Amino acid sequence: MSVKLDLSDAANWVCADCQVALIIKKVDVSYLGSSFPVDMPVCPQCGLVFVPEALALGKMAEVEKTLEDK
Amino acid sequence: MIDFMDQKGLRELEARCIQDEAPPCQATCPLHVDVRGMLAALGRGDFAAARAVYQKSVPFPGIVSRVCDEPCQGACTRGQVGEAIAIRALEQACMQADVPRPPVKKLRARHKRVAVIGGGLSGLTAVADLSRKGYDLTLYEAADRLGGRIWQTSATTLPRELIAQDLALLSELDVAVKLETSPDLAAICQDYDAVYLATGQGEVHVDPLTYATDQPGLFAGGSLLRGHWSPIASMSDGRRAAVSIDRYLQKVSLTASRSNEGAYETKLYTNTTGVGASDAVPLPVLGYSAEEAIAEAQRCIQCQCLECVKVCAYLEEYGGYPRQYVRTVYNNLSIVMGERHANQFINSCATCGLCAAVCPTDFDMGAVCKTARSVMVQQKRMPPSAHEFALRDMAFSNGDKFAMARNQPGTTTSAYLFFPGCQLAGSSPEQVTAVYDYLQANLSGGVGLMLGCCGAPADWAGRDDLRAAALAQFQESHAALGRPKVVLACSSCFQMFKARLPEVELVSLWTLLQEKGMPETAVSGASDAIAIHDPCTTRYETAVQDSVRHLVSQLGYDIAELPRSRETTTCCGFGGLMVYANRDLAKKVVAQRIAESPADYVTYCAVCRDYFAAQGKPTRHLLDLIFGSSHDGGRGPGFSQKHENRARLKRQLLQERWGEMVTGAEEYASIRLNLSDALLALLEDRLILVEDLQQVIAYAERGGHKLLNAQSGHFLAQFRPNTVTYWVEYAPDGDGYTVFNAYSHRMDVGEGKRP
Repeated sequence: MSVKLDLSDAANWVCADCQVALIIKKVDVSYLGSSFPVDMPVCPQCGLVFVPEALALGKMAEVEKTLEDK
Repeated sequence: MIDFMDQKGLRELEARCIQDEAPPCQATCPLHVDVRGMLAALGRGDFAAARAVYQKSVPFPGIVSRVCDEPCQGACTRGQVGEAIAIRALEQACMQADVPRPPVKKLRARHKRVAVIGGGLSGLTAVADLSRKGYDLTLYEAADRLGGRIWQTSATTLPRELIAQDLALLSELDVAVKLETSPDLAAICQDYDAVYLATGQGEVHVDPLTYATDQPGLFAGGSLLRGHWSPIASMSDGRRAAVSIDRYLQKVSLTASRSNEGAYETKLYTNTTGVGASDAVPLPVLGYSAEEAIAEAQRCIQCQCLECVKVCAYLEEYGGYPRQYVRTVYNNLSIVMGERHANQFINSCATCGLCAAVCPTDFDMGAVCKTARSVMVQQKRMPPSAHEFALRDMAFSNGDKFAMARNQPGTTTSAYLFFPGCQLAGSSPEQVTAVYDYLQANLSGGVGLMLGCCGAPADWAGRDDLRAAALAQFQESHAALGRPKVVLACSSCFQMFKARLPEVELVSLWTLLQEKGMPETAVSGASDAIAIHDPCTTRYETAVQDSVRHLVSQLGYDIAELPRSRETTTCCGFGGLMVYANRDLAKKVVAQRIAESPADYVTYCAVCRDYFAAQGKPTRHLLDLIFGSSHDGGRGPGFSQKHENRARLKRQLLQERWGEMVTGAEEYASIRLNLSDALLALLEDRLILVEDLQQVIAYAERGGHKLLNAQSGHFLAQFRPNTVTYWVEYAPDGDGYTVFNAYSHRMDVGEGKRP
């Protein structure tokens, strides 16, 4: 799976606990036994991953449906 | 139980859908000319295509289009509304098209010799068919010309050049023709590998299926055996004898798979309701002109069934019909590797049974889909997103927050038990209380109350295990109360218990209300017209439907019956959980239903009411008319509010009627949220509950991780209680929080990777 992320969504958000900006990092995204590495905004200190709304409701929902029908 | 998990079961199911059966004209034609296809082509002015269709089945089309005795016409469905189509005349008209006879294609030579005795239409057809199959043919004719009885037709009706043109086929096929020859039958039988005696004469016993005589290799047919001359039947004799001769020479069974040869009665049903009567275009002596032929062909109603597709938006949506659909379902269930394209199709059916109600053979697509869903669940192939939300709702209703069962306050036995169901309690909790009071006042022997869900959502979702658990929960409480007679307000509960718990005595609330009389406070209608929508689960409950109509008239309304009501009523899109699998389709279903009458609607299912009202149709529940309602025909509560309504109903009833306090609510439930109407609508659309928001914020504020937007000061936090991750954008607001946005996903993102 390749997901092109619109990073403008992430630009305004910082990790509230660590008070640092998010960086783009490969994160494992999994569903129904399938797993893919995806570039996501992540807190470099605590590892909190940010899933923007557009990703959740767009590409991610699409892949969920495909995997559910596999 | 439908079994289509093996090929045989599948074929039996497919065969029950009659859409692919031949139209009556084609079935009645002994040569099975595709009359419907031919007339469709003619109707759009495509004479060449029409002629091609005709020639495909008829070897001597110039002759036959002039002399055919057209048994098809007697079977023509058009004849039930006006005059039957002039089929033979249209065959003649399509022969006007200048289409050369397709080049003769002969199979490779088989080096077997076949003699045909008798050069009438029967013999000629056998010769043509067998010659194409690669046999060496000799045709014997006693007269000095071929064609037999066709020469008795006048030259006006059958111009002689047509005979010559058609019979030219024989030379193309290299048939040896011996005119003025009456060979000795015994000798011929010696000389040839097979013989077809097409004169219809002679003292031979002929098998009516195979045209075989008692003598191996000798076959016989022809109109003289039949007693009257039917050119098309003679040709059919020749064709069927040719099939037998081919099989005989190939040493295979003469009798296997020979159904529907010759004329037969089709199973196809064609509804002529709404078809206007019309007479045939007058036929001039010399035949139709092109324009006349097109006009006559356009009178063909193109027989087909599609009774179910015509009344079901779901069956129409996917562009096919049940015969094709069961194959699709079967294939989907059989896939080992690869994409299951029909998952959504299977989950979109309302399983309401309307298809079976209108089908001439009672084919029930809903039963097929329900079975398929159970199989998908067993195969662990059911998409989790399809039904999870509904099943979660059911779990809520059968959990501590809602489920309860008690004898009537102050009593220890119950003659009756009121089971209002989960949807009425969620939508109109005040009516549950009002009905319960009414029942206590009007029934003796004690009226218990049980709150919970009957298990219908699990049944629709193919979750046989959860259905069984819900029913077991009901049975346990029902037994503890002494197995009272159950009063049901919801027709889905009624059907569930009726089908699955036959030992439980049931009575519909509507029957009871008719019997005992409505309360005096009943709202009196101002003699307005009101249309009754029967919930799909009352389809065959005529007595319940009658009671409802009795009550509605008693309330003072004029009943406007919908075109589809009672046995042919439609589903609101909740049945079968269609709305969760295919929201757009469910909306379409509602849109179609609410457009059927300008009158306001009344129904007796809380979900039907809420769904119609949500799409703008003023719709009342029958209980609204009897006991009043806060939503007055308009939009009902959303998912979260329904949960809240159910929980509050239980708390209040237990507290006020039984003096019991309910404790133990989750801590997060006390979090106060400020939610705009727009946000509430968004939550409804995204299937996110207020309690989901509360859980996310509780988790984040307890020390879970969250993001901060430097510009807006909003927090964004996520929590994954089970299989769905919820994200909530919020900001503290006094003693609570304002929520700005919420969304969810099912994919698990780096969970457990965080420190």
